[in-house]
Amino acid sequence: MAVENFANWLRDLANTLHDNAAYLTELDSAIGDADHGSNMDRGFQAVVAVLDETSFDSVDELLKKAGMTLVSKVGGASGPLYGTFFLRFGTALAGAEVTAETVGEALKAGVGGILARGKAELGDKTMYDAWAPALTAYDEAVAGGSDLRGALVAAAEAAAKGRDETVPLVARKGRASYLGERSAGHQDPGATSTTLLLESAARTLG
Amino acid sequence: MGGMKKLINDPADVVSEALRGLALAHPDHVRVDHENRIVYRKDAPRSGKVGLISGGGSGHEPMHGGFVGPGMLDAACAGEVFTSPVPDQMMAATKEVDAGAGVLHIVKNYTGDVMNFEMAAELAAAEAGTEVLSVVTDDDVAVQDSLYTAGRRGVGVTVLLEKIVGAAAEQGRSLQEVADLAKKVNGNGRSMGMALTSCTVPAAGKPTFELAENEMEVGIGIHGEPGRQRLPLAPAKDVAALLVDPVLQDLPYSQGDSVIAFVNGMGGTPLIELYLMYNEVRQLLDAAGITVARSLVGNYITSLEMAGCSVTLLKVDDDLVRLWDAPVNTPGLRWGA
Repeated sequence: MAVENFANWLRDLANTLHDNAAYLTELDSAIGDADHGSNMDRGFQAVVAVLDETSFDSVDELLKKAGMTLVSKVGGASGPLYGTFFLRFGTALAGAEVTAETVGEALKAGVGGILARGKAELGDKTMYDAWAPALTAYDEAVAGGSDLRGALVAAAEAAAKGRDETVPLVARKGRASYLGERSAGHQDPGATSTTLLLESAARTLG
Repeated sequence: MGGMKKLINDPADVVSEALRGLALAHPDHVRVDHENRIVYRKDAPRSGKVGLISGGGSGHEPMHGGFVGPGMLDAACAGEVFTSPVPDQMMAATKEVDAGAGVLHIVKNYTGDVMNFEMAAELAAAEAGTEVLSVVTDDDVAVQDSLYTAGRRGVGVTVLLEKIVGAAAEQGRSLQEVADLAKKVNGNGRSMGMALTSCTVPAAGKPTFELAENEMEVGIGIHGEPGRQRLPLAPAKDVAALLVDPVLQDLPYSQGDSVIAFVNGMGGTPLIELYLMYNEVRQLLDAAGITVARSLVGNYITSLEMAGCSVTLLKVDDDLVRLWDAPVNTPGLRWGA
């Protein structure tokens, strides 16, 4: 049952990214290289193709396969970053029962992978500016007695706030950093796709 | 802003169909692994020779696929337009061109390229035990260099480096020697670019940025990313100074230095304007007391149909000039062969 929930999440996320591909690319045009939407869309369509032709016995197998597919299909910086996230997120759930607590630990492991690859810090105007407040909100919700869905809703709301707060920031990582001060005033595309990922998780998991 | 006007079929097929054309047009130079989108030197792997691999997003032709062949690269991995290739491609290429002498990855300094090449090098070392060294080019003076940012972009010096290091590998130099030479070339080179127009990524369908008729963008990279400064359009001699001065000041280059001077077109500027620009660049270099040992003028590292140019200066010694003059026989660069 858990496997099916996570597969539904990935399918829902693929649809969401497809619907938002032009929007993500538009955000990336302003401060990057105008490919974030099409790359994420291509990567997640490939994940859906894998889901269609493979059956998975466990959540970790499913998520690891999704991660490898993203690494292979997305390219850019998003491929290694989201790919590494799903690889580590899946690995952390190996053999574990899916609960609010174990998913929280797995999210931390996944985001740890993003940091190891991307070496970003809070305020660099990257996807981490959505992930960091999301992890904090998730933990606070669990500590306050929330179930998985409640914690994911809290995480998604915090991610959206973090995403909005990237607008005035001057980018210090990725292609947007080449613009210096001119990167201020634009919303970060990576923080935007991270928010879509967590909103999709809140809709489908738990 | 108008629609997209390009000689393409489906935007999704641009890269694979262009690679088919490259393979058909240059069967004497290259063979192409279409599934993995890798351009190989026809006779790779070459026994005892260090394998040279580069790659990156497509849209910069002739770089990198056009620089595969004797005296330059052994393989080039093509990503989507302006998107780095994926680790699977560099892993496959690394295993294929390794002839026992190891493999050098030549990577332009962009976050995605660096991450994907790093993952490939880790996986190739773990899976096949291939010895891989990497050089990251970062010669663009338009970008502030800092420990806290992604650092400078790799641009024009990448072309000169692939030629010079390619000659050294052809001579049979070791992996460490070739890697040290590559770092020396990168350290001695600086570039600055400008755009008269934006460019349109086929999958996006509209220009990446907008420039008015009377404006130019100074300090651009090679991905249609906006530059650091938007200025009123100026005569070529003033544009040349805007490019040459920051390059000269950065290394710095000083009176008596000998350089390879490279005026590169961004894809949409005719050669007549590039030669006109070279004339301006040359006068500035003469005035600064810089000796031009060799020159290169043309479209070699492009940004789709962007109009504009970049200037790269590479400080050279006798060894670098000899390597520059050595025979090269690729679709995009050919002499002495």
